[in-house]
Amino acid sequence: MKLGYFPGCSLHATAREFDRSLKAIAGPLGFELEELEDWSCCGATSAHQTNHLLAVLLAARNLALAESQGIRQVMAPCAACFSRLATARHEIAHDEALGTRVNEVLRGEFANSVEVQSILALLRPMTSKIQESAKAGLRGLKVACYYGCLLLRPPEVAQFDDVEAPSSMEQIVEAAGARPVKWGKRLDCCGAGLSISRTASVVRLGRAILEDARAAGAEALVVACPMCHTNLDLRQKAMLQRGEAQLPVLFLTQAVGLGLGLEPGELGLARHIISTKALIARVSSGGESAAQAS
Amino acid sequence: MSEHESFDGSLAGEVRAATGLNVSACYQCGKCTAGCPMAEEMSLKPHQMLRLAQVDSRERLFEDDSIWLCLTCETCTARCPNGVDPARIIDCLRELALRAKASPPRRIAAFHRSFLEQIRENGRVFEFGLVANYKMRTGDLFADVTAAPGMLVRGKLALLPKGIEGIGEVRRIFATCAQAARKEGR
Amino acid sequence: MPRIGVFVCHCGENIGRTVDCARVARELGELPGVAHAVDYKYMCSDPGQRLVKQAIAEKGLDGVVVAACSPRMHERTFRRACSASGLNPYLCEMANIREHCSWIHEDRQAATAKAIDLTRAIVEKVKRNRPLEPIRIPVEKRALVIGGGIAGIQAALDIAEGGGEVVLVEKEPSIGGHMSQLSETFPTLDCSQCILTPRMVEVYQHPRIKLLAFSEVEAVGGYIGNFEVKIRRKARCVDETKCNGCGECQSVCPNKKVPSEFDQELGRRTAIYVPFPQAVPNIPVLDRESCALFKGRAKGFKEDACGKCKQACGREAIDFEQQDSFVTEKVGAIVVATGFQLYSIGKDQPTPQLKGYGEYGYGEIPDVIDGLQFERLASASGPTGGVIKRPSDGKEPKTIVFLQCIGSRDAAKGIEYCSKICCMYVAKHTMLYRHKVHDGRAYVFYMDIRAAGKGYDEFTRRAIEKEGAIYLRGRVSKLERAGDVIKVYGADTLSGEPVTIDADMVVLATAVRPQPGIESLAQKLSISYDAHGFINEAHPKLRPVETSTAGVFVAGACQAPRDIPDSVAMASAAATKVLGLFSNKELEREPTVATVNESLCTGCFHCERVCPYGAVERRELKDGEGNLNKVAAHVNKGVCQGCGTCQATCPSKSVELQGFTDEQIWAAINAL
Repeated sequence: MKLGYFPGCSLHATAREFDRSLKAIAGPLGFELEELEDWSCCGATSAHQTNHLLAVLLAARNLALAESQGIRQVMAPCAACFSRLATARHEIAHDEALGTRVNEVLRGEFANSVEVQSILALLRPMTSKIQESAKAGLRGLKVACYYGCLLLRPPEVAQFDDVEAPSSMEQIVEAAGARPVKWGKRLDCCGAGLSISRTASVVRLGRAILEDARAAGAEALVVACPMCHTNLDLRQKAMLQRGEAQLPVLFLTQAVGLGLGLEPGELGLARHIISTKALIARVSSGGESAAQAS
Repeated sequence: MSEHESFDGSLAGEVRAATGLNVSACYQCGKCTAGCPMAEEMSLKPHQMLRLAQVDSRERLFEDDSIWLCLTCETCTARCPNGVDPARIIDCLRELALRAKASPPRRIAAFHRSFLEQIRENGRVFEFGLVANYKMRTGDLFADVTAAPGMLVRGKLALLPKGIEGIGEVRRIFATCAQAARKEGR
Repeated sequence: MPRIGVFVCHCGENIGRTVDCARVARELGELPGVAHAVDYKYMCSDPGQRLVKQAIAEKGLDGVVVAACSPRMHERTFRRACSASGLNPYLCEMANIREHCSWIHEDRQAATAKAIDLTRAIVEKVKRNRPLEPIRIPVEKRALVIGGGIAGIQAALDIAEGGGEVVLVEKEPSIGGHMSQLSETFPTLDCSQCILTPRMVEVYQHPRIKLLAFSEVEAVGGYIGNFEVKIRRKARCVDETKCNGCGECQSVCPNKKVPSEFDQELGRRTAIYVPFPQAVPNIPVLDRESCALFKGRAKGFKEDACGKCKQACGREAIDFEQQDSFVTEKVGAIVVATGFQLYSIGKDQPTPQLKGYGEYGYGEIPDVIDGLQFERLASASGPTGGVIKRPSDGKEPKTIVFLQCIGSRDAAKGIEYCSKICCMYVAKHTMLYRHKVHDGRAYVFYMDIRAAGKGYDEFTRRAIEKEGAIYLRGRVSKLERAGDVIKVYGADTLSGEPVTIDADMVVLATAVRPQPGIESLAQKLSISYDAHGFINEAHPKLRPVETSTAGVFVAGACQAPRDIPDSVAMASAAATKVLGLFSNKELEREPTVATVNESLCTGCFHCERVCPYGAVERRELKDGEGNLNKVAAHVNKGVCQGCGTCQATCPSKSVELQGFTDEQIWAAINAL
């Protein structure tokens, strides 16, 4: 299976380990990624909050590129990129005038035919394959699956899973041998959009998420968005109070990779600010007894 | 809804013309505010923003920082009982505020400008350039300095931008949008 | 040569302003076959009618055309006037030159020309009218009442007290409906069962009411005055003629863990059970799905796994082999009073339009209950004996949060209407709660307080001002289970602040919906219903308890969300309509019905397929020796509503609608 791949700016920089772990699990799970040539930034928060047309056009440029490169389905692992691409596709499909405008500016024959997929939609159909390939798996590691805001919302755009009671990420990590915990804040926003310009807000929101996950007994947080990851990993020390235990934050692809028995190095686990060393030890041999002890 | 409403000069009419959304459909139940992660920091809550849009009180809306605190997490939109789509409306209010020459909170404005400039210059965003640009604009030189070394060591900050071939098209997109905004801003 | 009289009405200025009425009369007067033509300011007035009567007598008219307003307005007036002068009323027709002409045109010249055309068309039609006689049908003075809640009970008692016979059908084992589940009622806080159960007993003992509980309407045939209703009597496994309601069977039943429907699954019952002690009739039902004997039989056990109830019954009333049976009842009128159910917030919904509340946990958070469950918790006869305990651990909730408009006024969930009763019962719940938990706090999230009724607003004010309920104006975004409490994330839009409450229990005022199966019942009765399944009344203002089918009436919450006083008032109104119908020896109906020329009919039965009322029957035509000649269509005059679809469809032109024959219609068209 060959799939168009839109890495977005983060996966080439702050979230390089997301890119790396995604590519690492592609082989064992039997999918192939074809990176969109000459892609540009989706526009992210700054575009849609200040200029709607700009937001649509920046995203549409990439959809049009995909179309011209013969790609029918684009997977964007970054939740923000996914949301921007999917929103543009949705809006153009429902607004003829906007579609005409987009075509004028892009000077091409853009038919808006490219489907946009999230990392969840890619991996959920692979759960049985993950389960088969994950021998020892994650050894019952208790994880809190964090969806955040844009993977599922708004439902008209994301068109995946139950927007208020999703289960896809839990199904995926369960297949990799983890035990997803039940917790309340998995759909709440971590505030990443204001990470740089209003750090105090982000610390407040992130702290509530970490507290809730820890209270539910999670040993790690699993995310599918580089913004969430940067926020909850990089800023975690600021979010915690003195003496509070740190909570490793894994990309979904890293969790799956660990479950598949891939080397932590291949998955970029050393790149995190919050150390994953103890966690890696926990899921490699002897982890089961550690789990029972905890 | 009559077509004339879009042109009646009201804020609700402008929102409708830009988004196709009906501000009048908001019955002020407050479910948006109830679920908003930023509500406690906003002086105007999401339902109040919609109310002020209904009664055409653009000065109060545009003078206030609150519209700029919305994270567009879409919780309000997903749960709105009457299909109002507050997140999209707030985006639209921000755009109208900019056209009305209202200024967003300094740091937020600086971030958005830095971010978009990165895209316009390189087609992609490079965090190092972004942060440097942002710091220049805000003069906020010491924020996050503690984070940067750790990020550099872990290869998280790319130092040099890599351009794209289609940068001409990206710049044309920016030019088109800037022109459209000037025209509609009158 | 026909002798038609034409009477042109000015309707004051209504017609006279735009139509030259004198000219209309003049030009019509010159038409062949028109023996008399006049105009007058108000033809419907007494002097106007006198003009018609006098002309019939003096000029020997054999047809009358009144050019005036809509026939819906005054056709009966002028037909009566004709009848009084000895002219068959069906030889009188109206040309509508008001709604169809003067009111919608400005140009006097053109409007006058159009009025002349319209009137001439009707003159040509009337020339071909034939005298008709109204149809007379006998009336069966028995009524069927469907549903034994408070509306059905009231309707049944009122009809029976007025001298009519009643067959009351209830699908549950007992009558009483939702009202029997309530603890107290607003706005007086009187005990629901105390006022209801005497009425239930009255129904049971009334000599003119036949109660068929645990029964459902299977099929409905016939028409007003003459319905024939097939009723399924579901097998109770208990012989009603032998059972004396002693309760022995219940006490020996080994399965005591079946969730009780009556207690909204907060309590338990046995497999053979009477739903509640005051049930009417006081006869148990065996729930086969919970019974060990039937479960064993389903698994193919050779020997019956249980039989304790049968052994315990001293009257040999228990009959495991009992099957559903059917009875047919002839009735003249039907009252539909099937009541309501509550919307549930679960993920699985009965229709794709309805959505559940994922943000409130899809009903999977324990201690989030609905209003009817709270009634059972507060009821002295309920599963907790009237002590407020939360279902999960039996703890007394010290902080309780009520959410209004759950489902209601929520287009995103598929229900945009207001359920009307919730504002009042939530205010009542806060009071009942405070009367039982003195140190408890009750919060209410609401959007608007709708308390329009006698003593209603005073009641909600009392909850707030005297009984300590804290009302917060806003919806709740999310309910989240957090340890021992439920986190309620809401907003108070009046102060403008988000509000988070740690609640011990949450009560949802869920939307009122019609009972499941209402659509199929409505289809059996040929009555219409709205997009939500509520029965449509014949006219929203002027015919509130009639339906689109003559002789079928509606009462209570199956028509729209209704509280008890509304339901009772509607039921009494429906009963009055039924009794009014029964006061006739026979019914008169307009003779504008279809007839079949049997000699032309080819028996293709296109008419049978297109008839919306099921009025077409098949009739065997035999020769003198009894040999079958052919099968031809026959129209039942009692059922036919005169829509004319059969006439338009018939390929052999053998169907004709009396008063609207092809010949008449063509004549009218050709005159234009």
